[in-house]
Amino acid sequence: MKKKVVSVLLAVLFCASIFTFAGCSSSGSGKDTIKIGFIGPLSGDAAIYGTSAKAGADLAVKEINAAGGINGKNIELIAYDSKGDQTEAINAYNRLRDQDQVVAVIGGVLSGETLAMKDIMVQDNMPVLSPTATAVDVTANAPNIFRACFLDDYQGVAAANFSTSNLSAKTAAVMICKGNPYSEGVSAAFEGAFTANGGTIADEESYSASDKDYSAQLTKIKELNPDVVFVPDYVQIVGPILQKAKEMGITAKFVGADGWDGVQTEYADAAQGNYFTNHYAADSPSETVQNFIKAYKAANSNKDPNSFAALGYDAVHTMAEAIKSAGSTDSKAIITALNNTNYTGVTGTLKFDSEGNPKDKEVTIIKIDGGQLKFETTIVNK
Amino acid sequence: MDKNKRKAYIINTISIISLYLVFFILIQTKVMNKYFMGIAIMTCIMIIMAMSLNIVAGFLGEMALGHAGFMAIGAYSSAYFSIALMDTGFPLPNIIVLILAMLVGGIVTGIMGFLIGTPTLRLRGDYLGIVTIGFSEIIRIFFINFEPTGGAAGLKGITKLVNFNNVYWITIVIIILIFTFGRSKQGRAIISIREDEIASEAAGIPTTRYKVLAFTVSSFFAGIGGALYAHYQAFVEPSKFGFMFSIEMFVIVVLGGLGSLTGSIVAAIVLTVLPEMLRGFAEYRLLVYSLALIVMMIFRPQGMLGRSEFSLTKFIESLILRKDIKNSIDGGETR
Repeated sequence: MKKKVVSVLLAVLFCASIFTFAGCSSSGSGKDTIKIGFIGPLSGDAAIYGTSAKAGADLAVKEINAAGGINGKNIELIAYDSKGDQTEAINAYNRLRDQDQVVAVIGGVLSGETLAMKDIMVQDNMPVLSPTATAVDVTANAPNIFRACFLDDYQGVAAANFSTSNLSAKTAAVMICKGNPYSEGVSAAFEGAFTANGGTIADEESYSASDKDYSAQLTKIKELNPDVVFVPDYVQIVGPILQKAKEMGITAKFVGADGWDGVQTEYADAAQGNYFTNHYAADSPSETVQNFIKAYKAANSNKDPNSFAALGYDAVHTMAEAIKSAGSTDSKAIITALNNTNYTGVTGTLKFDSEGNPKDKEVTIIKIDGGQLKFETTIVNK
Repeated sequence: MDKNKRKAYIINTISIISLYLVFFILIQTKVMNKYFMGIAIMTCIMIIMAMSLNIVAGFLGEMALGHAGFMAIGAYSSAYFSIALMDTGFPLPNIIVLILAMLVGGIVTGIMGFLIGTPTLRLRGDYLGIVTIGFSEIIRIFFINFEPTGGAAGLKGITKLVNFNNVYWITIVIIILIFTFGRSKQGRAIISIREDEIASEAAGIPTTRYKVLAFTVSSFFAGIGGALYAHYQAFVEPSKFGFMFSIEMFVIVVLGGLGSLTGSIVAAIVLTVLPEMLRGFAEYRLLVYSLALIVMMIFRPQGMLGRSEFSLTKFIESLILRKDIKNSIDGGETR
């Protein structure tokens, strides 16, 4: 009996402590800072994306505060982990709004979590700028939600334009990861644009994310011998595909999307001479880019920034600019200011269309050469 | 006995209503904001999920590791139904739509549970565990590839019908239903199968039928939990219903005590609130969460309440009379 009472008491204690904890956090911070929330996967499968974006965002906050903050007030970035889970993301967002009373939110990093939070965000009319959520629906019918990255469709079209005009490709094969909305979305856009440019899609092969062997699909592609093979997927899948293709002696050029970022470190040989679309190039001659890389490396023990970091960095700067030009932390004023954004950052010039998506943003084409990512060209879709 | 029962009913009703009033006042005075309400709603949903899993894992004593799959069926079918119903433009009050959607989710999931349970319940222990994992993965992969419900991108455009007021009462009703089921003839027959399958068969209990019944009832309530989840979140994505989510629910049941419904309730509250409470620890919170589980399992391997049930009436009595009263749903000894 005693034990039972103890365990019940323990449970009550657990429940009670949530209120006290919450009390601490809301009273702990000062009044002369501007609070901006950040939501992303800082743990779990997708942690690499969330932590990179957060590192970029942290750097931007540090720079802004060092330069005197926004109208004399410092920015405070409050970051919560979503684990890539929708429920966690909603809880994190609710906490940012109610407990921390943030004026704007940078996030979510993944499309799924952002879509889950979207309805409440629209209800609250919270200014939201997602650095990296690419699903089309994220900004649809949501006047308060913006994003810093270009859409999946947009880079698919850019990859197709690059293939037809720069690589003068006539035929293409597409490899799609079934069940991955990113891979499916980019491929569909690529196929549409490639056909519209006068090319033919010779073959469409699909695989699932857990596949380890791609020889069946690649054998067929080898037989058809298209000019380019389009594989929009993440490094851990693209790497083995490229390796297998090299072993089989496929000579077609492989073209990919921003998921390829990082392929040069482990699969330098296999990826040699192939191209992918990305948000920025590390060896770009732009001064903004070089300064960002230098500062990022200094702050993150000499690690190279990836595009998530660059987008997180740009998102915070864009938001800060908007708050500055709004002259207040009123959400309506910030949203109006975001609509009139014209900010040139690491990933290009950011202007928003009526939906809150980047307008005419440049897509950087990267060539993998000798284990290095080399800036090839930039493409702006018409 | 009758007098005792009436007393118990009165005490429980009063405590349910006063708990609601406490929440009501907290909401009205804005002490409980949307953040806490979100956690409270999620806690209610997890209570339903844990209790429904307890029917199979606790009462029947079988290892079922595919509860997330059933939740997914409930979530998707009810959401699909409510979207279609809303599209017809038929003017129904929100609560009716929610109840209809819950019933659709529950019944569809119950039928699926029956279909899956009939062949698989011939297996026992680890084998059943593996088969249920397999089935829940099949369900998840089905929804990834099933275009009418949005495929991998998820189902959007669900109307948000769940709020704290309705989810509180729905949870109370389901708690009462599952308790009554556990104490009914069928419930006791199911418990007897857990204790000794051969003996109960010898006593004339059709074991296969009752096993399938337990599985079907469990998946029915899982479907209702899924329906509430879909109409709270207003967006469902197949990736949520992975293997780890099933494990999470199983952990709640084990931590509360296999076979103890009140244990499931307490554990669901603790394990839903704990990760949120630990947000202040940032990256270390999952570490603390896991550590709490390990410590718990070392010091109380039978779970918080073991097999016994917490009864408010008996608790008050024992406080007054200083009597030690054991109480469990099957009348057995506390381990």
